[in-house]
Amino acid sequence: MSLRITCPHCGVRPLEEYLYGEVPVVPDDVVGDDARDLDRAFMRANTEGVIRERWFHAMGCRRWLWADRDTRTDEML
Amino acid sequence: MNEFIEAKVALQWQQPKAAYDVVIVGGGGHGLATAYYLATRHGITNVGVFERSYIGGGNSGRNTTVIRANYGIPEAVRFYQRSLELFASLEDETDRWIMHNQKGLLWMTHTEHGMRAEKARAAVNTAFGAKTRYVEPEEIKEICPQIDLSGGGKFPVLGASYHEEGATARHDRVVWALAEGAMHRGVHVHQRAPVTGLLRDGDRVTGIETPDGPVSAGVVVSAVGGHVTTLASMAGLRLPIRSHPLQAFVTNHYAQAFDAIAASTDLLFYMSQTARGEMLLGAEIDRQPSYSYRSGHHFLESCAHRAMTLFPFLRDLRILRQWTGICDMSPDYSPIMGKTGVDGFLVTTGWGTWGFKAIPVGGEQMAQLIATDKTPELIAPFSLDRFARDRTLADRGSAGTH
Repeated sequence: MSLRITCPHCGVRPLEEYLYGEVPVVPDDVVGDDARDLDRAFMRANTEGVIRERWFHAMGCRRWLWADRDTRTDEML
Repeated sequence: MNEFIEAKVALQWQQPKAAYDVVIVGGGGHGLATAYYLATRHGITNVGVFERSYIGGGNSGRNTTVIRANYGIPEAVRFYQRSLELFASLEDETDRWIMHNQKGLLWMTHTEHGMRAEKARAAVNTAFGAKTRYVEPEEIKEICPQIDLSGGGKFPVLGASYHEEGATARHDRVVWALAEGAMHRGVHVHQRAPVTGLLRDGDRVTGIETPDGPVSAGVVVSAVGGHVTTLASMAGLRLPIRSHPLQAFVTNHYAQAFDAIAASTDLLFYMSQTARGEMLLGAEIDRQPSYSYRSGHHFLESCAHRAMTLFPFLRDLRILRQWTGICDMSPDYSPIMGKTGVDGFLVTTGWGTWGFKAIPVGGEQMAQLIATDKTPELIAPFSLDRFARDRTLADRGSAGTH
């Protein structure tokens, strides 16, 4: 069974209905405009664990939602 | 490594030493190739390779085994062409059969835009040393008789770039040949040996932490795949890497010989036949970053559907196995190799979905960098600082997975 995501408007729906929305977070200890621009453009925490992310329910209500996911197991929290 | 492999490959397992000149984290193709070329080309054998699972158990054993150099930018064509040459002589050099088989690769296109792109690919390949030419549909049918040129009426094949030196090799055998060659010369390879931390002296990396204690090193090389960000963060380094799952599958035995490697960038799949006769297929990466090895039904359905559009004979086959690897994707779809700005810590990463074909050249160049402390000309463009210098090497169209 593929990953399923709970949409607040449509309920539990399969992953294939959604588009992924990345949320890049520049850490506070990256200082200076150039360094922060570089980090935002390219660098990623690429977390092994729980991340907060956005999904666009493209084949449903066409609204953005927030979700927490454990990237080690793809478990939606 | 199981008993079957132990019997086939002569390997000597050692206890880890307290110190090595070079510690390589990750016992996949790139880590072992680096060790192999350090030992064979530079006489540096005080090397320890630390693999958290078994050698070749990560992406080196999960790829679709294609070796090709038909990239879209000069830096990459030169680099992968060197890898093609090293692969072609690897059997003679290691005296091990890696099942290297030159098949020729057809990269099909179904649109006007795609035809222009493949003609441009053939031109840049020819200019920088790779043997690629543009071929018309009649010749495609001669090379690959199983193809339906009408593409099921929806995706007519208008042409293809034909990369004559495209090849496959058995990926496990490549890993074993390199491990064996390195270990015969004194390199230590440690399996089930996770690296839990990095030893640091100020900003400098001086060794690794393992469950059995610290190991100091003159230089630590990260040859880690999908989990590279976690290791680099131990060195205080942020990387431009996202880890995405990539899935693949094989069918049951197809009774006819399918000689070519076939791919379509518009339909987005690639296919070849294994030595066992199975049809081996792969497609695009999963959209969301993840470390989960779970395979999904959606991928099977969509990839099989696209492949059957061009190859109707697949309808009569059944899927035997599917699996997933975790790919270290770089933003510009080119590898990231060399110095990192952290003393004593080198990386070879960003191998994403194109790492297997670069195993020998990646190892050769990293070994030269370690031995001479100078970045070789061939990999200088692939340095980590290219992102800060605004010198990215965008080559997404050559990855075949997007």
